[in-house]
This record gives sequence, structure tokens and C-alpha cells, in this order.
Amino acid sequence: MAINWFKYSSPASFYLLAGKMVPVFVFISVILLVVGLYVGFFVAPTDFQQGEAYRIIFIHVPAAWMSMFLYVVMAFWAGIGLAFNTRLSSMFATAIAPTGAMFTFIALWTGAVWGKPMWGTWWVWDARLTSELILFFLYIGFMSLQAAIDDPRRADKAGAIIALVGVINIPIIYFSVQWWNTLHQGASVSLNQAPAMATTMLTGMLIMVLASWMYSIAVILKRTRVIILERESHTAWVAELHKKGAI
Amino acid sequence: MFMWIIKRDLLLAMRRQSDVLTTLFFFIIVVSLFPLSVGPEMNMLRTMAPGVVWVAALLASMLSLGRMFSNDYVDGTLEQMLLSPQSLSLLVLGKAFAHWLVTGVPLVLMAPVLGIQYDLPTDALLVLTAALLLGTPVLSLIGAIGAALTLGLRGGGVLVSLLVLPLYIPVLIFGAGAVEANMAGVAFDAHLSLIGAFLLVSIVFAPWAAASSLRVSLE
Repeated sequence: MAINWFKYSSPASFYLLAGKMVPVFVFISVILLVVGLYVGFFVAPTDFQQGEAYRIIFIHVPAAWMSMFLYVVMAFWAGIGLAFNTRLSSMFATAIAPTGAMFTFIALWTGAVWGKPMWGTWWVWDARLTSELILFFLYIGFMSLQAAIDDPRRADKAGAIIALVGVINIPIIYFSVQWWNTLHQGASVSLNQAPAMATTMLTGMLIMVLASWMYSIAVILKRTRVIILERESHTAWVAELHKKGAI
Repeated sequence: MFMWIIKRDLLLAMRRQSDVLTTLFFFIIVVSLFPLSVGPEMNMLRTMAPGVVWVAALLASMLSLGRMFSNDYVDGTLEQMLLSPQSLSLLVLGKAFAHWLVTGVPLVLMAPVLGIQYDLPTDALLVLTAALLLGTPVLSLIGAIGAALTLGLRGGGVLVSLLVLPLYIPVLIFGAGAVEANMAGVAFDAHLSLIGAFLLVSIVFAPWAAASSLRVSLE
């Protein structure tokens, strides 16, 4: 049986599909979150160098990974939307941005909280911290550009261009910052020689990564649904749903 | 076409010289504010100089971005340019080049004088000028994308800084880095080569991205 994948690229059918998917992903993410936090805070052993403070990695590392991954996903969908003029892809990209920015902020915040007891300072101009901060600026730029444009089609396309320019620039920025950092010999802290992790720590972290992933999917689908409703509010199918009391 | 648009934009700039001078004086004022705010201690000023000059150049170049397309947009010229059978990317390249001639080149010429204020040694002044000469065209080219995207938007001026400044960071790092390396007695040619590489990459990609942005903005 041939499945027509393009059926769900129509906002009307995707809206219903997403509505069915959201509770599933919420359920999975809550379960994983509870398990991950339990492993992280109660099962994983105390680190002999860093004490209890290291446990923040169970939030920090997933947030940092998601922040970078989501930017690429956002640029991908924005690019698809620009190239093929598919409305849903652009809505998806718009829906990803706030979640990505949130994870970037969490990564910066938890990094600072972890840095204080470990390095004795809230902030160092380390290559990773700096590029994460720049990533945050890129998210903010994308969102404020879209917010400033009233016409949704223009907002989609303009956002797509800036997201794609950003995604080309991310490696350039990352390596620039890294070379700048070695040039300055500034921060004496190295994150590179992390001691090998205990298996339970790694398991806890990976579960938390999966939990953040599922959370992102759930939230992004939910937000896409809202954006669809907002943009399609003039259409017949929305009126139909409204009449049925489904909204 | 390329030469024509440069000539036209230069002519327009010459008719409104105050715009050109405003950008230049903005640059000079920003650079002069730093000693007043951190104190006139020469050793500190010398280490700060490359960074200060570069940040001021970034801001000055960014502030003048609004003019790159907006006047042509308001009087409808831009729409005619989009309709012309000529390549839009080439046109954008020409406009970015004219923008650099009008805003970038005066900054490059002024930089050695400001460097003297900061007591930079002569060879550091040369490196600073060379780095600015290579780096400021990159600023105009990347800026063209931001200017095209924010065309006709309310609050476009602030928005363009949010979009463009993060993308300027690599140029800033290696531009200021070249001068610092020279003052530290290390080889600086790698920095200049990297800025040159940024210039080549942005000559290829930025006009194209800016041209598609213009099409989006004028749809």
C-alpha cells in the first residue's frame, strides 16, 4: 500500500495528526524525565572530583545538545519552506525557534551555575560558552525578524534566509571563537579532558537527552497547531472544527 | 551594469555628503570615547586599541546599512531594478561595493590617525589599516543581507543590528587579532589570510543571499 506522505503537508490534515501525536510525546517525555532525573539524582554515584555539583550536567548537556540540534532542524525546515513553498515547513520552523532559544538559555544558565563552584566564576570566555551565547543571539535575531514582519509569507521567507545564513556561519563562528580562545590563552579551564564517566551517569544523561527530545517534539507540534489555527482561521475547515466544538 | 550602479550610488552619495561624514564622525567619536571612559593610561590604551577601532568600525558600518537600499525602495527605483533583465546579484554586489567605498574606505583612511591617538607603533598601524581594508568590505557584503531583509520594516534599524552583528564576529576576531599578534611579535599573516578568505566567501554568497532577500522583501 502506498502511503501518501504529502497528505500531511497540508495544514488541515497535519493539524489533526499533530493533535493525536502531542499526548503521546508528552507521555513519553514525562516518563523519561522522571526516570532520567531519578537516575541522575539518586542512582548515579557522586563524582569524586566535583562532588554533587556535577549533577547539573543531567540538565546542562541535554539542553546544550538540543539547542544546537534544533537550530539545524529549524534551518532545514525553513529552507524546505523557502525552496518548495510549503507553508507547513515554514510554520514548523517558526514553532521550533522559541524552544531552541529556551534550551540555549538553559544551557547558558546551568553552565554558569555549574561554573561558579567548579571554576570559581560564573562566566569564562571559553570557546563553547561564547559560541553558545552567539547561538542565542542568532535565535533572537530569527525570532525578532519574524515578529517584525506582519505578512506571514514574507516573515517565513525572510526568516528562512537568515536561518540559512546563520547555519552556514555557525561553523565559521565556532572555529573563529576557538582559535581566538587559544590565541588569548585566556581561560585556563579545559573541558576537553573530562574524566571517563561512570555508566550510570552516562545512562542518566542519555535518558535526559531523549526526554528533552520528546519534550521538544511535543511542544513544537503543539505550537505548530496553534500557528496553523492562527493562520488558517479564515478557512472552511477551521470553521467546521469550531462548529463541532473541537477547538 | 556593475560599474553603472557603483557610479550612480557614488554620485548620489556625493550629492548628500553629510551622510558620508556622519558615519565617519560617528566612528571617530566612538573611538575617542573609550579613553575618556577607561582613563588615559597609555599601556592599557595600546592593548585596547585594535578592539576598540574594530568595534567602532563594525558599528559605523552597521549604522549606515539602512541607506543601502531604503532610498531606492522609497522612490521605487529598487522595484525597477528588480524588473530589469540584469542579474540582481551583480546589482547587489555593486551596491555593496559602493557602500564600502562610501563608508568603509573613509574609516580605513581614518584608522591610522586614531591609532596614533592610542599610541600604536608604526607597524601595528600598518597591520590595522591592512586588516580594515580587507575586513570592511566583508561588513558591507554581510550587511547587505541584513539591510535587504529589514527593508521597509518598522524598527528596521535596531533589527538589522540583531541580525548582522553576530555574523560580524569572525571578522572582528581576526581583524583585531591581526593587530594584537603583530604587537605581541607573532606572525599575523594567518589572520589576514583568514579575513581574505571571509572576503572571498562573502563575495560569492552574500550578493546571492541579499538578492533573494530583496525578492522576498519586495514581493
